[in-house]
Amino acid sequence: MLVIGIGHDWRGDDAAGRLVARHLQEQPNDLFLVREMSGDAADLLNAWQEAEAVIVVDAIHGPAAPGTIYRFDAQAQPLPAHLFPACSTHAWGIAEAVALGRILQSLPPTLIIYGIVGQNFGLGTGLSPAVAPAIPETTQRILKELECLKR
Amino acid sequence: MSKTIKVDYLARVEGEGALYIRIKDDRVTQVQLKIFEPPRFFEAFLQGRKFTEAPDITARICGICPVAYQMSSVHAMEQLLGLKVEGPLRELRRLIYCGEWIESHGLHVYMLHAPDFLGYADALQMARDYPEVVKRGLKLKQIGNELVALVGGREVHPINVRVGGFYSVPRKKDLVPMVEKLKWARDAALETVRWVGTFDFPPVEPEYEFVSLRHPQEYPFNEGRLVSNKGLDIAVDDFENHFEEEHVPYTTALHSVIKARGAYYVGPMARYNNNFDLLPSGVQAAAQEAGLTSFCRNPFQSIIVRSVEILYACEESLRIIDQYEQPDRPYLEAEPRAGVGHGISEAPRGSLYHRYRIDDQGVIQEAKIVPPTSQNQKTVESDLYQVAVQNLHLPEDQLTWLCEQAIRNYDPCISCSVHFLKLHLERH
Repeated sequence: MLVIGIGHDWRGDDAAGRLVARHLQEQPNDLFLVREMSGDAADLLNAWQEAEAVIVVDAIHGPAAPGTIYRFDAQAQPLPAHLFPACSTHAWGIAEAVALGRILQSLPPTLIIYGIVGQNFGLGTGLSPAVAPAIPETTQRILKELECLKR
Repeated sequence: MSKTIKVDYLARVEGEGALYIRIKDDRVTQVQLKIFEPPRFFEAFLQGRKFTEAPDITARICGICPVAYQMSSVHAMEQLLGLKVEGPLRELRRLIYCGEWIESHGLHVYMLHAPDFLGYADALQMARDYPEVVKRGLKLKQIGNELVALVGGREVHPINVRVGGFYSVPRKKDLVPMVEKLKWARDAALETVRWVGTFDFPPVEPEYEFVSLRHPQEYPFNEGRLVSNKGLDIAVDDFENHFEEEHVPYTTALHSVIKARGAYYVGPMARYNNNFDLLPSGVQAAAQEAGLTSFCRNPFQSIIVRSVEILYACEESLRIIDQYEQPDRPYLEAEPRAGVGHGISEAPRGSLYHRYRIDDQGVIQEAKIVPPTSQNQKTVESDLYQVAVQNLHLPEDQLTWLCEQAIRNYDPCISCSVHFLKLHLERH
């Protein structure tokens, strides 16, 4: 199993996915591998070939309150475009990777996407107070999910 | 009768811009490539910063060609400081640039440009009918990303490039695992050249002035003189004596022209035309097998040239890794001194010019950056005029498609140009 944390350390709450990955990295386990990535679609599609079950965590823009945690089963449904908008034609992201992987039939058998609603994506480090509690909570939810996937 | 064809947001180009074409009595009266992405003022940000910060600050201008910004900036600073980076450090700079060409060209050829030739709105639609082709393109791009990350620390906005060399250098054994991947990429690139060579190309061959670096011994990345097929042959620090930027009211990006001559063309086609003889014989043969001669004027065939450059970058990467020996020191040091430095390197989209003036403390007093998309803007408008004139008989949707395709021939990066698409076609 593979967990991928996506984000940018120097853009406020955008670091959320990476911080969850680092929390998971600290857990002693032989269940799963953890990677941090920038979120480029080609890299994601390549990494997804490495495992039967993949969990991806990323910060998202959303209408819900900052710190809200979304969970999507990417095998079951496309990622909602309003939560995962295309930011650049030269840098396809997670939504495009899922869409392309579905067409190319190269999604891993299990692909779960966690989205943490961010508040501040400006320059600088540090999470918004409303977003910080979502890091340990998402970590715990993923650990439970990994336990279930093991069975 | 008058008519305007307009595309408010050009797709499959980087950044925000639009195109207006005005047609009156079956004549094209106006073509404007409008870049409305706001100016980004990087040249002003650089003032007051240390000379050592230029590569990391300017890399932020673009997420797809940060290596180009880093390379042009370090070469400008090194010229100013009298540093000459040679041997394995110089080779590592070519290697990271190979990675950037593979990832940038791979993305454009497969995901942004090929759908135009095959009649698809985007790569997702194309992937339904060409899944194995799209997989090949993705893997090529991913290998380019991996190469940039290996030498640069990460694939986007690498952090390992500094004035004088690198913060740290890879060991030979760090590079060796890339060899098998690059051999796959070389085969895939050859397949790419053959595949795009089968596309149909509109029969246009405008007269261009192609401008690129040329180095006596090697296909250019970082060094050489700036040359053209019309006799230009200047040192890099002579750039502003021969080129100038113009403000144009309808666009936030400056237009760049050759003084007294006007529009010119930078990018893969310019590099190819000015440096065909410096490509390895196998790469030359692949280009010729795909239908090119040693000089290509058809901008629609830029997709073949880009594929040829992917092939070259794979070959060059393999050569560099094979011959690499870890240098004793990761970088050369130099004390700052007051002066002016100039650098040009070959970004995936063409020649990228940087000039810096620093004081004796190494603080940047003035910076000037001329990115390739700005340099190509006038030529893109000229191409669009020709395409519109020659295809006025086409239904509006087909003409619009062809115009957008003509813009994508240049793989424009609007984000870079404002340091730019919508199409408006107006018939009166």
